[in-house]
Amino acid sequence: MSLGKIPVGIEVNQRSFNLEISPHHTLLDVLRDELRLTGTKECCSEGECGACTVLVNGQAVCSCLVLAVELDGQKVTTIEGLASDGHLDPIQEAFVTTGAVQCGFCIPGMIVAARQLLSSNPNPSRAEIQEGLAGNLCRCGGYSRILDAVALAASSRR
Amino acid sequence: MTTPDWIGRSHERIGARDRVTGALRYTADLSFDDVLHVKLVQVGGARSAIRKVDRCEALKVPGVECVLIADDLPQPIARFGPAFADRPILATGETKFFGEPVAAVVAKTKDAADAAAALVQVDAEPLPAVLSVEQALDPDSALVQDPSLRPKDPLAHSNTLREWTFGWGNPSEVAPDLVIEHDYRFPMVTHFAIEPHVFIAAPDANGVTIWTPTQHVFVLQRVVAAALKWPIAKVRIVAPDPGGGFGGKGWPKFEPLLAVLALRLGRPVRLVLTLEETFQQARRTSARIHAKTGFDRAGRIVSQELNTDFLIGAYADIGVRVVSKASYAACGPYRTPHAKVTARALLSHTTPSTAFRGFGTPQASWAVESQLTEAAGLLGIDPVEIRRRNLPRKGEAFIPNDTPADGDWAAALASAERALDWHAPLAKNRGRGIALGLKSSSTASASQAIVRLHYDASVSVLSGTSDMGQGARTVLAQIAGKELGVSPDRVVITMGDTSIVPYDSSTSASRSTVFMGNAVIKACEQIRRQLRVIAARALEVDESAIDVVPGEVRTPKGAMSYAEAMQAGLGPPRGEIIGVGEERGGGYRPEHPLGGRPEFWEFMCTAVEVEVDPDTGMVDVTRLVLASDVGKALNPQQVETQDEGAATMGVGHSLMEELILDGSGRIVNLGAMDYRIPTIQDIPRELHSVLIENEDGPGPYGAKGAGEGGILGIGGAIGAAVNQAAGVKIRDLPLTPERIWRAIQSARSELP
Repeated sequence: MSLGKIPVGIEVNQRSFNLEISPHHTLLDVLRDELRLTGTKECCSEGECGACTVLVNGQAVCSCLVLAVELDGQKVTTIEGLASDGHLDPIQEAFVTTGAVQCGFCIPGMIVAARQLLSSNPNPSRAEIQEGLAGNLCRCGGYSRILDAVALAASSRR
Repeated sequence: MTTPDWIGRSHERIGARDRVTGALRYTADLSFDDVLHVKLVQVGGARSAIRKVDRCEALKVPGVECVLIADDLPQPIARFGPAFADRPILATGETKFFGEPVAAVVAKTKDAADAAAALVQVDAEPLPAVLSVEQALDPDSALVQDPSLRPKDPLAHSNTLREWTFGWGNPSEVAPDLVIEHDYRFPMVTHFAIEPHVFIAAPDANGVTIWTPTQHVFVLQRVVAAALKWPIAKVRIVAPDPGGGFGGKGWPKFEPLLAVLALRLGRPVRLVLTLEETFQQARRTSARIHAKTGFDRAGRIVSQELNTDFLIGAYADIGVRVVSKASYAACGPYRTPHAKVTARALLSHTTPSTAFRGFGTPQASWAVESQLTEAAGLLGIDPVEIRRRNLPRKGEAFIPNDTPADGDWAAALASAERALDWHAPLAKNRGRGIALGLKSSSTASASQAIVRLHYDASVSVLSGTSDMGQGARTVLAQIAGKELGVSPDRVVITMGDTSIVPYDSSTSASRSTVFMGNAVIKACEQIRRQLRVIAARALEVDESAIDVVPGEVRTPKGAMSYAEAMQAGLGPPRGEIIGVGEERGGGYRPEHPLGGRPEFWEFMCTAVEVEVDPDTGMVDVTRLVLASDVGKALNPQQVETQDEGAATMGVGHSLMEELILDGSGRIVNLGAMDYRIPTIQDIPRELHSVLIENEDGPGPYGAKGAGEGGILGIGGAIGAAVNQAAGVKIRDLPLTPERIWRAIQSARSELP
């Protein structure tokens, strides 16, 4: 509670922030509560549901499992950082086209995880997409359309 | 001018772009100045006597504003609930379920609230708890509910909150060729919307405003007003789009508590539950169904006797309605000459059970469909054929004096049979199953809509429906677009604020497309009538000379667009045209067991093929076919994704999901780590959706409701397939690998 705050410099979506952070606050806490980047969602808070997935130096992580003070000098990309110049990322576009979005609460984490998947494997098989998104839960049950969306995004990048 | 038809097209989901960019603000994303954070304090087990709550240490935590307990509130403590006002704002005397809060800590920061909540000392004595159907029915068990809460009820001194007998004919007087009689069990499962429950309340100039992702803003408004003893008008509910509802966000929970806290402290207060806490606040009604079904040699159902014992939770919530509505139609979509359904809603010291996609039907269907499959096997009739022989034709009453069969159900069955390739040879360790699901839709309910045609002929629709993932905004925009001849992109749908939108009963029972859709059509018709009046006045011609069609006002002096007609009719002062529409369906019928006939039947045929690994009991769903009778798919992509999503959710309760209680009533598998729901790796290898569209529904352009169908019969279909593949007979869900493996071992040991 009364632990002193620690200065941390983080780059989020290509903007630099110098923050004073309580050592027990997670990256998710800081994104949502300090930076007001609420696109990243909180559900299970234990790294199981994937709703809070962000990229740290290009790698997908559950932001609920990372203490923000560990990220001094690191680069974070959230769902808000994927679209550029008003244009959606092809993955975002594909999620809209295929009807993969229902309530939408899992979608930011799902799309960020898909972004990392396609970065490391631009031409995944359906099984590889399933493997890559196995840590992202969707309760609306939109998985088959999510699979279609990621496959479509992969093909549109080729 | 030709009007494009927006109906029957998969128009892009309104709000999809804000959902893929993270721009959409869900309730927990809203920020408030000066907000205080709430943390609830609970005790360990399900039922404990609360001796003393010591707040001294908690109050010393810097930033803590108050620690509220039941004794601080006016006595007797206010109770609330949509059906029975039985739930206290905070636990009083004893806790009745695991997670029922005994205190609420309010602090300036989340950290302070969490720290202080851990310091509240509750002197609680564990008491014996009622946790199962058998315990609830045991006269020696403790009473869950204080009998003084229902003084005139002869059942008050039992744990049966309500009981019903439905039926017709006389099953005891028939002599079937085959009688099958078994018990079936359906587990406690939880909604697990990815958005946990969140509640925010703040005092305002008129009273209080509550922000929460509720499905039914007007139910919440009424219940909170009653708890506060305030006029409805002084309570404003704002419901941002829910991050998944599925029934779990339908009925009031901590909103009355938050309203009390906000009013006492004079500041906004905010409570965001963890996923674990969310699990403790809502679940599906578990059930034990005893089924005794008589058949003749041709496989025709002669009689159906069902005892449906549903274990509801510690408070009634909407559980009573779940039990009665599901039990009433429990015999399924079949000609049943003699039927008797004895239903009970049993109180227990467990999580309050509430609405959950399918509303009790999946529980009953699991039993009835399994009985049909077993009869087919014993009589040497194909499982598809036995169902075909029992299906009523369209227009045939299958429940006396009620809505007749309203679709070509045999067509849906035949399409599923074809799409699954039902008669193809089966590979080793594979099995197939088919099941029909039938759900009573909304009975007596009401939807009102306001449609505003602006001066430039763009449109605002005000609707109390909740867009919780089903895409209600998109469908309503398509409807308004068709009726007024504008692109849905020029239609803005405002939802979820009781200070803006007119009354709507609920977003439930797959009713919104039919009820709210019809209300929007009627509002648009009223707009067209007003356009005719103003155009006639402006042109100084008789109204009868003017024809208003979508997008165009046809006059003797030529055709005008709506915008031109408004400019001519309203002139420089400008203005708008407002239409009000209302749909009440068949209305309230006091003599009907459900208070009204179902407006339509939601019908789904589910067919699956599975592969079971006999060494591990693991099930792989290799193919899933969903054939639903939807009347008219206004947005086919949305209908299909609803059906597929419901089926995926049903794969969960069929194969893996179950809340597990220890002896004290504590849920031992709280949270995403220990409670498994389907992941993207659990979906069927092949998935086909078939939509039967005969435009024969009561909704817009012949639509019926959709969205729950996929979950109704999937248990019976998967169960049949697994039993065939593994050579076992399992009658309890979920069909976990362990349960299947044990059944395989047991079947092997019984072989001669």
